[in-house]
Amino acid sequence: MGRTLANKVWDAHVVRSAQGEPDLLYIDLHLLHEVTSPQAFDGLRQAGRGVRRPDLSLATEDHNVPTADIDKPIADPVSRAQVDTLRANCAQFGVPIYSLGSVDQGVIHVIGPQLGLVQPGMTVVCGDSHTSTHGAFGALAFGIGTSEVEHVLATQTLPLRPFRTMAVNIDGRLPEGVSAKDLILAVIAEIGTGGGQGFVLEFRGDAVRGLSMESRMTLCNMSIEAGARAGMIEPDEVTFDYVAGRPHAPKGADWDHAVRAWRALASDDDAEYDAEVSIDAESLTPFVTWGTNPGQAAPLSGEVPDPRSYADPVERLAAERAQDYMGLTPGTPLREVPIDVVFLGSCTNGRIEDLRAAAAVLRGRRLATGVRMLVVPGSVRVKRAAESEGLDEIFRVAGAEWREAGCSMCLGMNPDKLEPGQRSASTSNRNFEGRQGPGGRTHLVSPQVAAASAVRGYLSAPTDLD
Amino acid sequence: MEKFERHTGVAAPLRASNVDTDQICPAEFLKRITRTGYHDALFFQWRQQEDFVLNHEAFSQASVLVAGPDFGTGSSREHAVWALRDYGFRAVISSRFADIFRGNAGKAGLLTAQVDHGVVERLWALLEAEPGAEVTVDLHRMRVVAKGVDEPFYLDDYVRWRLLEGLDDVAVTLRHSDTIAAFEDRRPAFLPRTG
Repeated sequence: MGRTLANKVWDAHVVRSAQGEPDLLYIDLHLLHEVTSPQAFDGLRQAGRGVRRPDLSLATEDHNVPTADIDKPIADPVSRAQVDTLRANCAQFGVPIYSLGSVDQGVIHVIGPQLGLVQPGMTVVCGDSHTSTHGAFGALAFGIGTSEVEHVLATQTLPLRPFRTMAVNIDGRLPEGVSAKDLILAVIAEIGTGGGQGFVLEFRGDAVRGLSMESRMTLCNMSIEAGARAGMIEPDEVTFDYVAGRPHAPKGADWDHAVRAWRALASDDDAEYDAEVSIDAESLTPFVTWGTNPGQAAPLSGEVPDPRSYADPVERLAAERAQDYMGLTPGTPLREVPIDVVFLGSCTNGRIEDLRAAAAVLRGRRLATGVRMLVVPGSVRVKRAAESEGLDEIFRVAGAEWREAGCSMCLGMNPDKLEPGQRSASTSNRNFEGRQGPGGRTHLVSPQVAAASAVRGYLSAPTDLD
Repeated sequence: MEKFERHTGVAAPLRASNVDTDQICPAEFLKRITRTGYHDALFFQWRQQEDFVLNHEAFSQASVLVAGPDFGTGSSREHAVWALRDYGFRAVISSRFADIFRGNAGKAGLLTAQVDHGVVERLWALLEAEPGAEVTVDLHRMRVVAKGVDEPFYLDDYVRWRLLEGLDDVAVTLRHSDTIAAFEDRRPAFLPRTG
């Protein structure tokens, strides 16, 4: 029987396999940040252990860092202590780190691919659920907890049961104005926030092959929001072109060896998946969330649903609670939901393509009165690229704030937060209660919808302007 | 890790699905660099509401949580498990757990007992009719037991063994250091290094 992409990457990394025990899987790249690592380094110290492969580990500061005044010390003493702790741990254990002020600093899931460190067929982990992003390269990449971070630091392996595989077939072409973000929100609405549990989602089909690497990363990034361990996409010419020439990409004869190996990763024609779903790309329109989990979403052209329309009592109760928290009434057209704050950024939509898409909508336009918009590039290099293209000027002229790189308002660990009751259109990945600040209300949207909503002051698509 | 064999305690009914780790332990509390002391973080926002289940006197000493499906979704933060443990919980019963949360729980001595949702409904009914009622989770027999309830639960065999033995994962793996080194010798030369 043929094997899937995920099976092939898994099999190539099994260090040890024994009856009744999980496989011991080798990890090619371990990404670290300040929030989920301090207790892991402490554990090493307490046990008198070292980091087995600092040369396969990379750290950066992203979750806590301010996105303004970064030349000054971090104002919040608790955040500053956590960042200082990461720096000290990396120094003690010899782990490379890109700190605030470095041109390679940024959101961990943006800088890994940008440096060429993420390549097809690799295993990649990080103490962060959005590690699934890197599956866009045909890597098996997944989030882990702090105990597992410690385990990887000490052994460069993880004991794991094989994941099941789900083919997500997306045929046809995405219509104009419909992005990878709309696509993944539609996928999550289709399979549910728990539908992917235990699975690696392999995104397949014409619509996926037609996506850029940035869009593929958006798609894989939110696989976790469907409950999946990981998302993956077969590497192809688009992948190889993206990796080629980056600082850590293979060079010379190594490049040729690598590409030959990468081409062999594609799922076999007779590979069998444990589950399969199909989505018709042609029928998709801009998608937004109305509730407090990413599965509570609907086409922007629709309405806030009536909880009584759910047959399942658990879902009905969840919808009632969500609408109560969100301050929404069933039947309200989503285009009539007013917005206070727009956040453009995050590991989901903080790449150059995302900033270009939003800037194209904002060019020559102004933010609606009373709307605040934060533009937070995913990395320092994304910021510089945008500035060289003049995107920063478009955002500033429109009335948006052009800020420094970091996770920022995606999770509100730094000063960028919603006030209680404020409502955001956000290109991030989670609309959980209080995620962007206690009492804040989040609608997840694409960069295009974020920009159009900033101009109209209500959830909007670019086609709603003028 | 503390061993887990059998636990009996007051159970609290949490009638909610998709209880994400941002609710269990909000981001503000993730700035700490310790592994303990998160009892104040647990359900911080929900505890501000008077009618939240853990604010009821009958459930103030609860050590078993009975929750709706998809418990622990979202962020990979192990802090969510630490907060539950520090508050006093030894076990969570639900029909579905998010994968990363389930993994984290198994490493930090919190039992995730997976049962059919019908069992959750029966436990909810019992705990609401008789607040303060106790529930037993027996890891040897793999059963959830309460008044009128005696049902099997699911837990991965290997995780069960580690919980019963209270084993440190890293020590187990380090026994295979030579096998890891041999694997490293076989890795393709083109793979990247960070430094």
